[in-house]
Amino acid sequence: MFRYTPLTFVREIIMILVTAIFALPLYILLVGSMKTTAEFRSTSPLALPTDPQWSNFLEVITTTGRNSIVAGFMNSLILTVGSLVVIILLGSFCAYVIVRSTRRWARASFYLFLVAIILPTQLGIVPLYVGARAVGLTGSLIGLIIIYSGMFLPLCVFLYASFFRGHPRDYEEAAAIDGAGPFRTYWHSVLPLMAPVTGTVAILAGVAIWNDFFTPLIFLGGTNYPTLPVVMYQYVGNLVAEWNKIFAVVVIAFIPVMIFFIFTQRRLMQGFSGGVKS
Amino acid sequence: MQRRTRPRATTPEPRAGRPLIAFGRWWWAGPALLAVLLVQYAATLAGTFFAFTDYSGVGTFTLTGLDNFVAIFQDPSVLGVIGNTLLYAVAQMVGTTILGLAFALALHRGLKSRYVLRAIVFLPIALSPLAVSYVWKFVFEYDGLLNQALGALGLEQFQRTWLGDPETAIWTVVTVIIWQGVGISMVIFLAGLSRIPAELEEAASLDRANLWQRFRYVTLPALRPSVTVATMLSLIFGLRLFDPILALTGGGPVSSSKNLALLVYEQAFTQGNFGYGAALSLILTVIILIFAIIQQLITRERPGD
Repeated sequence: MFRYTPLTFVREIIMILVTAIFALPLYILLVGSMKTTAEFRSTSPLALPTDPQWSNFLEVITTTGRNSIVAGFMNSLILTVGSLVVIILLGSFCAYVIVRSTRRWARASFYLFLVAIILPTQLGIVPLYVGARAVGLTGSLIGLIIIYSGMFLPLCVFLYASFFRGHPRDYEEAAAIDGAGPFRTYWHSVLPLMAPVTGTVAILAGVAIWNDFFTPLIFLGGTNYPTLPVVMYQYVGNLVAEWNKIFAVVVIAFIPVMIFFIFTQRRLMQGFSGGVKS
Repeated sequence: MQRRTRPRATTPEPRAGRPLIAFGRWWWAGPALLAVLLVQYAATLAGTFFAFTDYSGVGTFTLTGLDNFVAIFQDPSVLGVIGNTLLYAVAQMVGTTILGLAFALALHRGLKSRYVLRAIVFLPIALSPLAVSYVWKFVFEYDGLLNQALGALGLEQFQRTWLGDPETAIWTVVTVIIWQGVGISMVIFLAGLSRIPAELEEAASLDRANLWQRFRYVTLPALRPSVTVATMLSLIFGLRLFDPILALTGGGPVSSSKNLALLVYEQAFTQGNFGYGAALSLILTVIILIFAIIQQLITRERPGD
């Protein structure tokens, strides 16, 4: 019934055109980042650069001090990986115990996480800052890792618990009968089974933390640990309409995400649509 | 393995809470619970408390009752900001839902290039909102792409300073957030569409249902759960918007594109009015909760529909 008719061909052409217009800003970004300042001003934004200026990128990467893209990249990387390790370990631990426990508190604490997903973070951010400052957690990557864990654990526990709820106990019983302790049982037979959700959690939380601007701006503001978005904000603020350099900064910030996107786009899309089932 | 074996028939039922094999240890849940209690619950409660004080971020504070809220609701500029916040949320919800549904229906099946096109439409989601905003800022600059395109089409009378005009600044932000958010809605609708059995649509077309009738009576009812999720997500994103406003317009000109999240940031973190900022975020929180409840009531599955 769904044959490829001439009408389908017309539809295909239209959709390719629509998507091309949709992607136009990204094309302008790419060609713009390779032009000289003079060429950027004089040529159409759609024109290809006559002589690609790799020096734009070089200049942006080699900038040092508070606007160092490389330093920001490293801080973002430490922050994202560190938070993900904590979120995945604590979250899967917690969801596993909640699902397997027959006690009443387990059900109660699941609802605690469920409500926290809906709870808006805005209201908490001011006292969170005051509290973190009081115990010396502002201005440090460790402090922000703890805060991100608290922010993303509810979603993580919810996803792990929803996934694991229907799982039979056979593997764990087999492991326990073979003499494995609770931790070995978890590590060798539970965590590997949860791998698909671990992927979803890592992608959803990872992209959100990597791109987050607001939280690092507040908790790491003015310290030696600005993340990539914060560095980009400061850097672009200092460039007065030098669009080719602004674009070069943005392209460099895009590259890691683009590489990640190419490898995980199917998983990424599944992650975002996964909530529909519940 | 030292395990006493007993005949199956006489095995007593394990007492509640004490299964024969203990899976995990209860305290494994502790660190996660503690983190969420501190970062989410304690912080939210403390935030509610600060909303009724004149705390400046340092030193002592006094309870001021409803003073902060009286000040907020007597200030026309803050009321304008609340209005902007609602406009962003509604525009984001309506825009991404309609466009996302259109893209999903067009790219559901049939087209040979559908996987590539889907990936392109989805890509902006993975990119940093801040970086995306800088690209769009160029489009809306006075000598940017939009005005150049209008000039080339001979429509000079429509050229304007898009980011500097109080009437258009807010719509530049709306354009960017819809552009970035369409991908999520599309993917959620695609997931919903993939669960409609092809036989159902075939049966409908055998019954001579036209395209609109098939959409209205077969596709749309099946998409109801997807609509719930897509509108919910875009609504919450729209209410919490921060990066694109800061990067595109900075909230200006004269607060014309400012929303509550940006005002909270300015008051609490750059001007040190913590109590006032907390009161503003309490209002934002209440708005988010009200919207979430209304949205759930409207899109909830109704029996017999």
